[in-house]
Amino acid sequence: MASITISNVSKTYPGAKAASVSDINLDIRDGEFIVLVGPSGCGKSTLLRMVAGLEEISGGEVSIGSRVVNQIDPADRDIAMVFQNYALYPHMSVRENMAYGLKNRRTPKPEIEARVAEAARMLELGPYLDRKPRALSGGQRQRVAMGRAVVRQPAAFLFDEPLSNLDAKLRVTMRGEIRRLQKRLGTTSLYVTHDQLEAMTLADRLVVLNGGRIEQVGAPLEIYHNPASTFVASFIGSPAMNLLDARIEGGRISLGSTQLDTSPVYGHSGPVTLGIRAEDLTPAAAGLPFRTDFVEELGAQRLVHGHVDGQPLVLTLDPAMPLHDEMRLSVAAARVHIFDTTSGKRLDLVRQTRQAAHQPA
Amino acid sequence: MNRIHPFDHLILILGTLFMCVPVLVAIITSTHSAVDIHMNGLSLIPGSHGAETYEAVLTRKGGFTGQVTGITMLMNSLILGLGFAVGKIVLSMAAAYALVYFRFRFATFLFWIIFTTLLLPLEVRIMPSYQVMSSLGLLNSYTGLIVPLLASATGTFYFRQFFKSVPDELLEAARIDGAGPWKFLWDVLIPLSKTMMAAIFIIMFVYGWNQYLWPMLMTTEERFFTLMRGIKQILQVWIGSQIPDYNEAFALAVLALLPPVIVVVVFQRWFIRGLTESDK
Repeated sequence: MASITISNVSKTYPGAKAASVSDINLDIRDGEFIVLVGPSGCGKSTLLRMVAGLEEISGGEVSIGSRVVNQIDPADRDIAMVFQNYALYPHMSVRENMAYGLKNRRTPKPEIEARVAEAARMLELGPYLDRKPRALSGGQRQRVAMGRAVVRQPAAFLFDEPLSNLDAKLRVTMRGEIRRLQKRLGTTSLYVTHDQLEAMTLADRLVVLNGGRIEQVGAPLEIYHNPASTFVASFIGSPAMNLLDARIEGGRISLGSTQLDTSPVYGHSGPVTLGIRAEDLTPAAAGLPFRTDFVEELGAQRLVHGHVDGQPLVLTLDPAMPLHDEMRLSVAAARVHIFDTTSGKRLDLVRQTRQAAHQPA
Repeated sequence: MNRIHPFDHLILILGTLFMCVPVLVAIITSTHSAVDIHMNGLSLIPGSHGAETYEAVLTRKGGFTGQVTGITMLMNSLILGLGFAVGKIVLSMAAAYALVYFRFRFATFLFWIIFTTLLLPLEVRIMPSYQVMSSLGLLNSYTGLIVPLLASATGTFYFRQFFKSVPDELLEAARIDGAGPWKFLWDVLIPLSKTMMAAIFIIMFVYGWNQYLWPMLMTTEERFFTLMRGIKQILQVWIGSQIPDYNEAFALAVLALLPPVIVVVVFQRWFIRGLTESDK
């Protein structure tokens, strides 16, 4: 058990012009489940591998517990890692795979056996202990890889996209298992994924990475409801948040020729990017003119694709609601996100007239 | 799909005959007496002198010194074959391990240098090799026979390609599991390369077993004679009215055939897997 501190960490691969990871600061509390999420090439795996010691750290410091581990060998960092392709030793049985790390550490035999048995019980691997990995299914292999991490009783678990090689259904099951296991053991965990759903469901806190930098850190719902930038807004949540070009003039938000029926906002005028979640839009008597293009049925809800003022827009509707080719949509003022058009950063504008009197624009 | 094509089978049968009949003729002919063979040529009906011929070939002391028996030659050939095979595997594995897993400058360049030596046959460097061994005083020794031929571009190439196909994550998992370079080689890579080693063992054993020119250059003492030289020796006695011991030459040839056949039969399952299997 330990906390992990990442301070000013950056990574530049030899020969590369730009840094792959730059200036990352992150404090991970003991027992916390942190998910690094971002599109491919955003540096999330590189960051994880630097914590693991598989990649050299070009700048900054990583400490596990109270110890700076920059120069410490992966084996001595007191971590265990689960890989995307499992990386089980193909010629060893499940039992040997799990025991190998302990054997190398000269753990006494009875203790190895006890720990392997305990892990096998926890992961329901008992009947497979003497099989070779190739005789196991993908999910079982992934469990063995987790067992190999668990028996070590490390200070931290590192997961590198452990579920990407599994089919969709199994992924959901394994997601639950990972979460349950981590809760039970209370081991600090760092988990890398490109799947925002996996990130949302697993994380105590999410770290959204883009282009080697942190875009936002926060609890899943906090990020969902208050995305710090248009990147986060479009990356987290499915369907992605609608991002529309709009203008603020005289405290009113207008989209094309329609003025949004919200309370006045102050502190900014000119072009902005408007973010609205699909589920925050509701059909109303008056509001944004919406023209339906096509509908995706998901069973519990339906996604209606269309456009407003020539800009694409998605909204979720209850399947019981009638569908029209043309609708008027309204949105609650509190659910409208406003972003700077050029930087993409969130603008927290003052929304209430009374406050605005004290803080003129 | 299941229809029988007589023509396909004909070709197959012809091919089989083409490969097998000479061997069969050699075995059968070796059971006749030398005089018989000299008068009647090769035969397809077994003779009655088989046992004594093979016994004579294996145990009779021959040569100029009267010291060399067939068993000695067999031993020498075995030492050469096994020494080659084992030595080459150890050496090329070590070279490939360094080339693939250690980051040092010019690794690729070095690999290509090793690789280009594939193009050079043994005969090209046979004189310089002889010169070196001679000045080291290693003529007429097993060391001199085996060591100069141990470096193997083929083996290094195969092992390099194999190591490259082993996923990097395996190395990383081993590193996190606390395995150093030696432990990784010993606990992970060597067990994984078993089939590869079997394949290279066969190739190299047969290569060493069949060496003729190199032993002939390197050794002058008869106690280092290999089977290949023994066969030649038997046919070189055409003095006066003496008839060469054809039967013995055939018997020796058959004996020379056996160990490679045994090696291939034993290792063939791994051999095929080693050359074709990509799934690990």
